[in-house]
Amino acid sequence: MKLKINTGSVFSDFKILFHQGKQYIPDVTTAEVPGIFRGRPVIASGAERDTNELMGICPTGAISVDPVSIDLGKCVFCGECQRKFPNIFHFTKDYKISAASREGLIIVEGNEQPMVIDATQVRKEIRRIFGKSLKLRQVSAGGDNSTEWELNAAGNVNFDMGRFGIEFVASPRHANGVVITGPITKNMAEPLQICYDAIPEPKIIILAGTDAISGGIYAGSPALDRRFLDKYRVDLYIPGNPVHPLTFINGILSLIRRK
Amino acid sequence: MNALKVKNNQRIAVSDIPVLPYEEFLEMNTNMSADVYFHCVNYFAWQKEETICLFCCMADDTTGNLMISSSQVINDNHEYPSFSAKHLSFHAFEREIHETTGLKYSDHPWLKPLRYDFHRSDLTKNIPDYPFYQIESEELHEVGVGPIHAGIIEPGHFRFTCNGEQILHLEIQLGFQHRGIEKLFLTSKTPLQLAILAEGIAGDTVVSHTNAFTGCWESLCDFTPSDDILHARTVASELERIAIHTGDLSAICTDIAYQLGSSVFGRLRTPVINTFQKWCGNRLAKSMIRAGRNSYPITPDIVKALIQLFDEYEPDLNEMYDRMKGLPSALARLERTGTVTQEQAERIGAVGQVARTTGLIRDIRWTHPYLQYGQIPHQPIVKHHGDVYSRTQIRKQEINQSIKYILNLITHVPATSKEVELKNPQANSFVVSLTEGWRGEICHCAITGESGQLVLYKIKDPSLHNWLALALAVRNNDISDFPICNKSFNLSYCGHDL
Repeated sequence: MKLKINTGSVFSDFKILFHQGKQYIPDVTTAEVPGIFRGRPVIASGAERDTNELMGICPTGAISVDPVSIDLGKCVFCGECQRKFPNIFHFTKDYKISAASREGLIIVEGNEQPMVIDATQVRKEIRRIFGKSLKLRQVSAGGDNSTEWELNAAGNVNFDMGRFGIEFVASPRHANGVVITGPITKNMAEPLQICYDAIPEPKIIILAGTDAISGGIYAGSPALDRRFLDKYRVDLYIPGNPVHPLTFINGILSLIRRK
Repeated sequence: MNALKVKNNQRIAVSDIPVLPYEEFLEMNTNMSADVYFHCVNYFAWQKEETICLFCCMADDTTGNLMISSSQVINDNHEYPSFSAKHLSFHAFEREIHETTGLKYSDHPWLKPLRYDFHRSDLTKNIPDYPFYQIESEELHEVGVGPIHAGIIEPGHFRFTCNGEQILHLEIQLGFQHRGIEKLFLTSKTPLQLAILAEGIAGDTVVSHTNAFTGCWESLCDFTPSDDILHARTVASELERIAIHTGDLSAICTDIAYQLGSSVFGRLRTPVINTFQKWCGNRLAKSMIRAGRNSYPITPDIVKALIQLFDEYEPDLNEMYDRMKGLPSALARLERTGTVTQEQAERIGAVGQVARTTGLIRDIRWTHPYLQYGQIPHQPIVKHHGDVYSRTQIRKQEINQSIKYILNLITHVPATSKEVELKNPQANSFVVSLTEGWRGEICHCAITGESGQLVLYKIKDPSLHNWLALALAVRNNDISDFPICNKSFNLSYCGHDL
């Protein structure tokens, strides 16, 4: 006998669930991203090159020479350098590109090592207090809504960041830290400060996305006011344009957890 | 009629644009907008010392023409009659003109600051001090929300005046996201920088804003894109529509606390944007579109990936959607909530899906075709109730339509053309580029100077018009329905604030 499922009953919910199958990524620390993702770059050392041309190609001035390096805090991951100089620049699919210091984001020629967060640069209380539970308040301060979308995606059923006790919360008073996206506009400088002040101590600051870390393509715009960043120590830099959910989750895990 | 007729993306000399006395300029353009088949796609000021050149671009939906006219006024203490007093759809344009140049109007209904631009004419006015509209009454109370909201969302302030649980009036104040993008277009040195700026105008509408920019730029450089370039951009533009609409369906379910829909639509977006990543290396299609070239040709692998994507995606989408629309508890929250009437949509100059859900057909793909939309041929989907449910339905149906378009387009992929070194932009030129993003009509206007450098770049996101539609939609609704109303519009803050 064929079982007829009546649409409009709870069985159709089961049918949907069955059709969806398992959607979560079992291990977000080792998952591979599909396609041609541009993650941690590798720069061939010693290749012949015209240094002026190398620097001129980058739209945000992320490339320096002697030695040749890319500053992931400025890089917008457009891939133009790789396109023009495929023998020198290569973006790997490694999405673990966060750092606990600004200098940690600079990739020098010849360096093919994965980026690891230096434990000595992490404030001691972070791992002790937030290792199992971290609640974050997100502030978009001129963000273009791309990193914001990806931060939302980090909490969806695929990436499921909540499994690690990492969550975005509605109020700064419930938060352990702030995640800033966008280059910090003049008009958002004060609301950002008010939000930060409302978070109880101890608290952390995370900059998510190239715009937040260096201003990105907006760097130098008179409509920005980035003085907030002069006042406080930033605990984690997560580059990307936008930040990939796996970059975000792994960045935070390596900040708050011992291996 | 004393206006220059041009087509979408047609380059003209600035000197060919008729310069009219202000009264005639006002009369002609506002008369045009009285006809529902005309609407203003952009109206802006170009300040040259004491002189302000005003440019008005009206779209004629019946012929596909754009009517360009201009006027010059002196920025002294003289008060000019406003366009907005005759037709409200100009209100945001004139507020911007007033805010940035200080030009005074005698009868503008409300010269509310638009975005607290960094180069506004009155720097003594700052965004935290904005005086919201108030209604004095013992019975009413106010609710202020933002600029920072409860979710991961961009900033903007909403001030509700409520009568009990009912919203009597909503005032929206934006500007928090203002990054000075239009000015950065003028100071940027390379076309690559410009393209990346265009991608950041609204990071959820990367494809359509970059299509508008490249449309402008290639016209200025006298470059005619080959078929493969147009083809790839058309496919990308429809794929972006599918991705964001799917995410919006998820967000709508979230706001009515329908968890199954929220999770399923949410996860259905993932394979769509992952296809962008397979194609160009970025989930939101950043770096895909560049002037003068087809950076990421549609390879047989991409064709296969797209076909497989829709094979799996569409049955799941349809199944989930059918389940949702069969739930009385879901429909009760969506139907007759947050209604915009066609009359309101016409009056405020609504565009895109917001207009189309009221029965007002505004769709650039249809009226002013660009890329390969002329060949598809595109037929807009129209709804008539103007409520949250209409805005939900149109998303679902547009997804199905876009899938059909893409599957059709990829049956024949044109051969990849060679990259062409673009010439420098032509001097003293003017171009208007219109695209239909997933929200609606996007308009970029560019003017070049003596040596071909950009001297003015004006960007209009559909949100500029449609934010007022949200404010009107929530009147007399319960304040608890505001989130679902807001989500059903999903307007851009950064696209508005620039």
